[in-house]
Amino acid sequence: MNAAPERKIGTLIVDDEELARQVLRELLAAHPEMQILAECANGFEAVKAVAEHKPDLLFLDVQMPKLSGFDVLELIDRDIAVIFVTAYDQYAMKAFEVHAVDYLLKPIGRERFEAALERAKDRIGEKLPSVEQLVTAARPPQQFLERIVVRDGTRVTLIPVAKLDYVEAQDDYVALAAHGAKHLKQQTIASVEAGLDPARFVRIHRSYIVNFERVVRIEPYGKDSRLAILGDGTRLPVSRTGYARLKALLDDRQ
Amino acid sequence: MHPLLTRRSYLGAYLAVWIPLGCLLVFLVKVSGGIGTLEATVLLAPMAVLFAAACLSAWYTCRATPLRTSGIARLFVTHLLAAFVLSFLWAQIGRLYAHAVSSSPSFQGLDVRYDAHSAILVVSGVLLYLVNVGFFYVLIALEASRAAEARVLETSVFARDAELKALKAQVNPHFLFNSLNSISALTSSDPSKAREMCILLADFLRMTLGLGEKSSIPLSEELSLLHRFLAIEKVRFGSRLQMTEEIPEDCKTMLIPPLLLQPLVENAVTHGIANLPDGGSLRLAAQCQNGRLSILVENSFDAEATPNRRTGMGLQNVRQRLEARYEKSASMRVTADAATFQVSLSLPAESQEVRS
Repeated sequence: MNAAPERKIGTLIVDDEELARQVLRELLAAHPEMQILAECANGFEAVKAVAEHKPDLLFLDVQMPKLSGFDVLELIDRDIAVIFVTAYDQYAMKAFEVHAVDYLLKPIGRERFEAALERAKDRIGEKLPSVEQLVTAARPPQQFLERIVVRDGTRVTLIPVAKLDYVEAQDDYVALAAHGAKHLKQQTIASVEAGLDPARFVRIHRSYIVNFERVVRIEPYGKDSRLAILGDGTRLPVSRTGYARLKALLDDRQ
Repeated sequence: MHPLLTRRSYLGAYLAVWIPLGCLLVFLVKVSGGIGTLEATVLLAPMAVLFAAACLSAWYTCRATPLRTSGIARLFVTHLLAAFVLSFLWAQIGRLYAHAVSSSPSFQGLDVRYDAHSAILVVSGVLLYLVNVGFFYVLIALEASRAAEARVLETSVFARDAELKALKAQVNPHFLFNSLNSISALTSSDPSKAREMCILLADFLRMTLGLGEKSSIPLSEELSLLHRFLAIEKVRFGSRLQMTEEIPEDCKTMLIPPLLLQPLVENAVTHGIANLPDGGSLRLAAQCQNGRLSILVENSFDAEATPNRRTGMGLQNVRQRLEARYEKSASMRVTADAATFQVSLSLPAESQEVRS
């Protein structure tokens, strides 16, 4: 689907280095149909600018302070076309190739830029491929999440996984409980589980993942199930298989 | 494991030494009279083999009473006691053997004549045993020195390995590609700045390659490498990167291993300041006092930012190189609070004049 000529394609440039933004600005200058709506120097600004300007296309640097390009991708609507920009990141590059997301390598050459832009124009309005899979694939092997990013309106919260008490599945969302507060995020519980270190987090139930260190005791409840009691008094259901996993982890630790 | 029992050739050599010793025994017994050469040979050949085997046990006694740590009294008592007990038992077995042999007509009365010589056998047994003790102590010392040599070799191989790894890790691909990107941006907006940056990058790469071959360089040379690195990063990060340097002139002639500080400064920039949206500062300081050179690399950082593996590796690399080069006379301390990350090094102050 090509945009009508009179309607410009709204673009955001997100990179923490001014010179890197400058290159993209120059390359885009040859395209009158492209309109740069804003430039952002970090991920927070990017999430805010996306909500504010509703761009069609995003040039997104991968390596940025606090919120990386992948974090931003998780927090924005999936129908924005994204072209990733990176200097060198073997895992990210592989992930882009596997999931057919456009990317540019620094330094950016004009030909490569034009090709990526053409492809992106065709894709505007299409949904991005599964963000969760892409983000998982871009992570170096054997490395688990250190934090989870959550967006509430334009406010972005970083939850370090060490502060996470438990995760609860709620329809299409997961509720992340940390320090008594609950944060909702549109994600499946299975993909949250895949990013968490299995030595610290246990899927105790179809709908619950618990931070192992928060569990104070386990009480029997009903015929086949149990309750996990957390330090703050929260009670979470434990299924039979969940109990087996908890026990296995407990045995490992002893 | 017993060194003589594990290798057949060693055991052969050991037994071969016992052939002249056996002959000596035969000679002694014959000289003291009453026993003929044939009789003495028949009697003593198997006994010599038996005692040679028995003396192998001295190795275990020697291992259990190391020369250095056991007192003289303990050494004497242990070995003399072992020598007497073993020799006495040996002489008794010899008596039983002589008794058995004397039943044959050609060796009649050998058992009676043997008794007269048993004292000589016990005494020579004790002496032979003690010679063995000496021999085994020498063997243990040789083994220990060989093991020490192997250890030294291992450490030096390890040191070289660490050094090589450190050097290979020097040019970070991120740094290289990002710098090239900055240059490409500057070519249109500020061509002379682009040229300047090309030269900085070329100098940095040339110095990295060249310095790696030397074993030590003056601090001033390392600093000029760092200045180029930081000048390049400054172009990328702009006002986000602030730098201060407090290095007294007299420290600049001190020798350090090349590229020791570079990974620390690179860490400070890429994992400290680059993670701060508003940037931060980097402080380089040095001090020479009481024959020590102390160097401090300090940077702003975000304690909550994801810890990066490369940081850990860079620091570990520097630590390994210091250990390999200075052993215990150099130290590295890493401290971090909520906003500052500090690495301080302390090494022996070696100046150029002393070295050359």
